[in-house]
Amino acid sequence: MEREGYKMSDVLKLTQLQMTFEKGTVNENHVLKGVNFTAHKGDFITVIGGNGAGKSTLLNSIAGTLLVDEGSIAIDGIDVTHQVEYQRAKLVGRVFQDPRMGTATRMTIEENMKIALKRGQRRGLRIGISPKEREMFHEQIKQLELGLEERMKMEVGLLSGGQRQALTLLMATMVQPKILLLDEHTAALDPKTAEQVLYLTNKIVTEQKLTTFMITHNMHDALRYGNRLIMLDQGQIIVDLSKEEKEKSSVEELMHLFKERSGTTIKDDAMLLA
Amino acid sequence: MDILITALSQGLLWALLAIGVYITYRILDTPDLSAEGTFPLGGAIAAALMVQGVSPIIATIVAIVGGMSAGFVTGILYTKLKIPPLLSGILTMTGLYSINLRIMGRANISLIGQQTIFDGVESLGVPAQFVPMFVGIICTLIVVGLLHLFFHTEIGYTLRATGDNEQMVRAQGVDTDRMKILGLMVSNGLIAFSGSLIAQDNGFSDISMGVGVIVIGLASVIIGEVLFGSLSIAKRLLCVALGSMVYRMIIALVLNLGMNPIDLKLISAIVLTITLASPMVKKSLDKRNGKRGI
Repeated sequence: MEREGYKMSDVLKLTQLQMTFEKGTVNENHVLKGVNFTAHKGDFITVIGGNGAGKSTLLNSIAGTLLVDEGSIAIDGIDVTHQVEYQRAKLVGRVFQDPRMGTATRMTIEENMKIALKRGQRRGLRIGISPKEREMFHEQIKQLELGLEERMKMEVGLLSGGQRQALTLLMATMVQPKILLLDEHTAALDPKTAEQVLYLTNKIVTEQKLTTFMITHNMHDALRYGNRLIMLDQGQIIVDLSKEEKEKSSVEELMHLFKERSGTTIKDDAMLLA
Repeated sequence: MDILITALSQGLLWALLAIGVYITYRILDTPDLSAEGTFPLGGAIAAALMVQGVSPIIATIVAIVGGMSAGFVTGILYTKLKIPPLLSGILTMTGLYSINLRIMGRANISLIGQQTIFDGVESLGVPAQFVPMFVGIICTLIVVGLLHLFFHTEIGYTLRATGDNEQMVRAQGVDTDRMKILGLMVSNGLIAFSGSLIAQDNGFSDISMGVGVIVIGLASVIIGEVLFGSLSIAKRLLCVALGSMVYRMIIALVLNLGMNPIDLKLISAIVLTITLASPMVKKSLDKRNGKRGI
């Protein structure tokens, strides 16, 4: 039934998503207004849009942190519309804006990685981390080139924001997700660290051919990374650029396009200046 | 010397309560007041069964299961009915007051003349004076050892992470509600265990024996942390046990100085207030000293 019209390459299919916060009150806020979207295997989609455009709500809907009021969400051909976050977790990897959100502070690096290794699977009473797992963690974390492999027994709370974000990224992709969601995951970092984490992101995503959504406030990054770009405004996708279109565009053209489609200019300074 | 031995043995028997409180208060980061009901529940179940002729070991095990069931109820109120944790605990503790009376049939059961775990240990040849300490050490070590293993299992890792960062645990595909319920069950099982041992040591179970135990548990947790700092999980649990012993010594000392036992609860509350406020006081002192330095 939900497989009707489903193609193997459609990793994510969003149909007529509607989402309203505080319905029936004076604060009623219609955040998603009929979003339709299909992501294909290996799409690395950068997501831009002003504040309140619905970017985070869209990602939270895909992850199941929020359940949509109407419409349907299928990941890899499975209808997950009514599944809550932890039920979808085996399909979805996430990195949040706040570096503290993705890891457990008072636990060690390897303990955090062990939790991530079991993402979406049944957990039992097996004690500890096996030498084989330890070796695997070591190999994986070495790829980050941050020297964390020497500090596997260190509490995560002692790491810097950038190190935590890199670790979270690794944890989100250790068990390969069908969809990777990055919600401004470099916004809280200093420019140099942000650059490093973006480099790692690009490396992991392209090497593993992960279907990825990356929200960013930085127009240059939105054009530089990924092979598809969408622009949200007032709860709708107003622009959807393919790889070729994206490669031809400049920041100025992107802003012009935004003005044309939304009828307003981008007021968000962060977005202009970035 | 006698006072010291008594204080230390009492501290060890109460340590199980402190470890139970530690699991909710620190590991789950959820204040749980069920203890005030599950502690006497443990005493009530153990005493009621023992006067029926049930062996003290079985009676104690049933008491632990009883405590876990009460923790389960608190967990359901908190996670499924979305009642705030403090209120969930108060509801369980209030309901348990009647249940404890039902179990005992009256407000007080004497265990004098009954075979308790302590008598069993004494018959093994341990000098009477050291029996409670012996039982306390064995129970504390077994509990800490088992918890150490448990907190390093796949489920144990996610339980610890739930109190640390719930959002992350859900993103990793774990139903955090189940982890909270499990944590509350383990915690209250231990608290009932402690209650059953205290009842057997005292020689009676009383409906009011739970009054103020949450304060005692918290004081032990905080004293343990203030004195011994942050360490690996097993060491942290042992520090909480040490905290419980220090707390008993403080109480013994205060009573020895001629305080009236009537004032005991007030003293417990003051001890906890001081330990809770000490980081604040230290901070403001540091600040003042810092200002002077400028």
